[in-house]
Amino acid sequence: METVSIWIAAILTLGIFSFLYKDNPLYKACEALFVGVSAAYWAIVFYFDNIYKKFYEGAVTAEEPDYFLWIGAILGLLFLTRLIPNIGWVSRWPMALIVGATAGLWMVGYFVSNAMNQIGNTISNIIVRDAATGFIAWGETFGTLVILVGVLSGLVYFFFSKEHKGVFGATAKVGTWFLMVTFGASFGYTVMSRMSLLIGRVDFLLGDWLHILR
Amino acid sequence: MLSTIAMVLSAIVGLSLIYLLIRTIQGHPVERRIVFIYIGLAVVLPLLMNKTLPLPITKDVIKLYDQLEKLQPGSKVLCAFDYDPPSAPELQPMAVAFLKYAFKKDLKIIIMGLWPQGPQQAQQAIEEAMLDPIIAGKNLVQGEDWVNLGFQSGNEFVIQSMGTEFKRMFPKDNRHIAYGDIPLLQDVVNFSNVDFVINFSAGKPGTTEWVQFGVDRFGFDMVAGNTAVQAPMMYPYLRTGQLKGLLGGMTGAAEFEKILDEKGKASTFLLAQTFAHATVIIFIIIGNLAYFSSRKKKMAGTP
Repeated sequence: METVSIWIAAILTLGIFSFLYKDNPLYKACEALFVGVSAAYWAIVFYFDNIYKKFYEGAVTAEEPDYFLWIGAILGLLFLTRLIPNIGWVSRWPMALIVGATAGLWMVGYFVSNAMNQIGNTISNIIVRDAATGFIAWGETFGTLVILVGVLSGLVYFFFSKEHKGVFGATAKVGTWFLMVTFGASFGYTVMSRMSLLIGRVDFLLGDWLHILR
Repeated sequence: MLSTIAMVLSAIVGLSLIYLLIRTIQGHPVERRIVFIYIGLAVVLPLLMNKTLPLPITKDVIKLYDQLEKLQPGSKVLCAFDYDPPSAPELQPMAVAFLKYAFKKDLKIIIMGLWPQGPQQAQQAIEEAMLDPIIAGKNLVQGEDWVNLGFQSGNEFVIQSMGTEFKRMFPKDNRHIAYGDIPLLQDVVNFSNVDFVINFSAGKPGTTEWVQFGVDRFGFDMVAGNTAVQAPMMYPYLRTGQLKGLLGGMTGAAEFEKILDEKGKASTFLLAQTFAHATVIIFIIIGNLAYFSSRKKKMAGTP
């Protein structure tokens, strides 16, 4: 059985790779199969994990039922009122709850983790000292200065209420360079990640399928 | 034999790239399928060589290792598997290396996932780790030495809720055994009862959510292994200490294997990745040369 599944996976992998030559019926078949299987997989996951495992087992068959889950289930059902034009507006209630709860949760999380902690670290540790000797660690201090300059010049670049001229314009230009380096590094990492995907597939083809690799 | 042939072929491929470079300068652009063939060869040939690269271990990986070394045998580690099979080439070697280290050190592992396929990846990693003779000799028992709580939907809300009570989010493990009947979890109520958290993440929900809704709210120590796409966004958290260590992409995985002295797949994959990167860089140079030579010709042809 495992051999059959490996062969199916290998043929589908090669089918998807065949697009690199040109679009063809095998690629289209593999793509359609992928979309269909993914849709079915997610439908099952959502049904089994949410409706059955979380709600049914939690609120109906549990020894100590969690009655709060009924509120969630009813609000979930209210989404279906969108299918009835006359009472479709009722679906806005659960939507409002989701938007409100998510925004509230993320607002605090983002502000603490991505604003306060980052700002605090940028301004408080500019001169770094070696923990053992107490002398200034020049390499790390240079790093913190680069971050400080990058943050300030980046903020200046995104300040559009003043024309980017003179010292202000030059600082914004420095900010642009920092942004370009950031995008470049990010793109480099993305290429690295995509290559890893290819390596994973080639390893499967040469190892699990053809048994060439040890 | 296969390794020698692969090395000779790699040399031929390298020379043919120089030929392509010269042809481009002469004004013959490279067709895109040629680029695909070269990238394919750059990945296949190094894998056949079955060699590893000398690799310096970066500060971030050393920091992560130091954190793991502080854990005493018997420490409980929550291990969140937030990825799926497409990200496995980067993250699975990290997970396998970590589990081997953890089982050898007698750490108690609590597995969970915010991605549906995450706990399945964990199961595969455990099966691979169990093949190690030292670990196999320990006769580890599921439920006592490690437990797989499975997947729970709800993204960051799951983390938030686990801060109060794990059991509420995971009433049963993946074998449908009730939380209260699992020996390993007898005294585990919430994050304050685990000694450490490690997260393997390929996107959202993942390390960002764990930092924002876990570390910064409940104050536990956490390290992470990320795909290369995601890693750059995690460095600010590493710098502030919100993350205690980071493994970024396949390089991070290979470094982790090296520092743990485990020969895993990442170390073998790294040579293929290096060759592929070199090929991409050469084609970027070729592409730029083609662009500038065509622009020069256009300008020369303009009256």
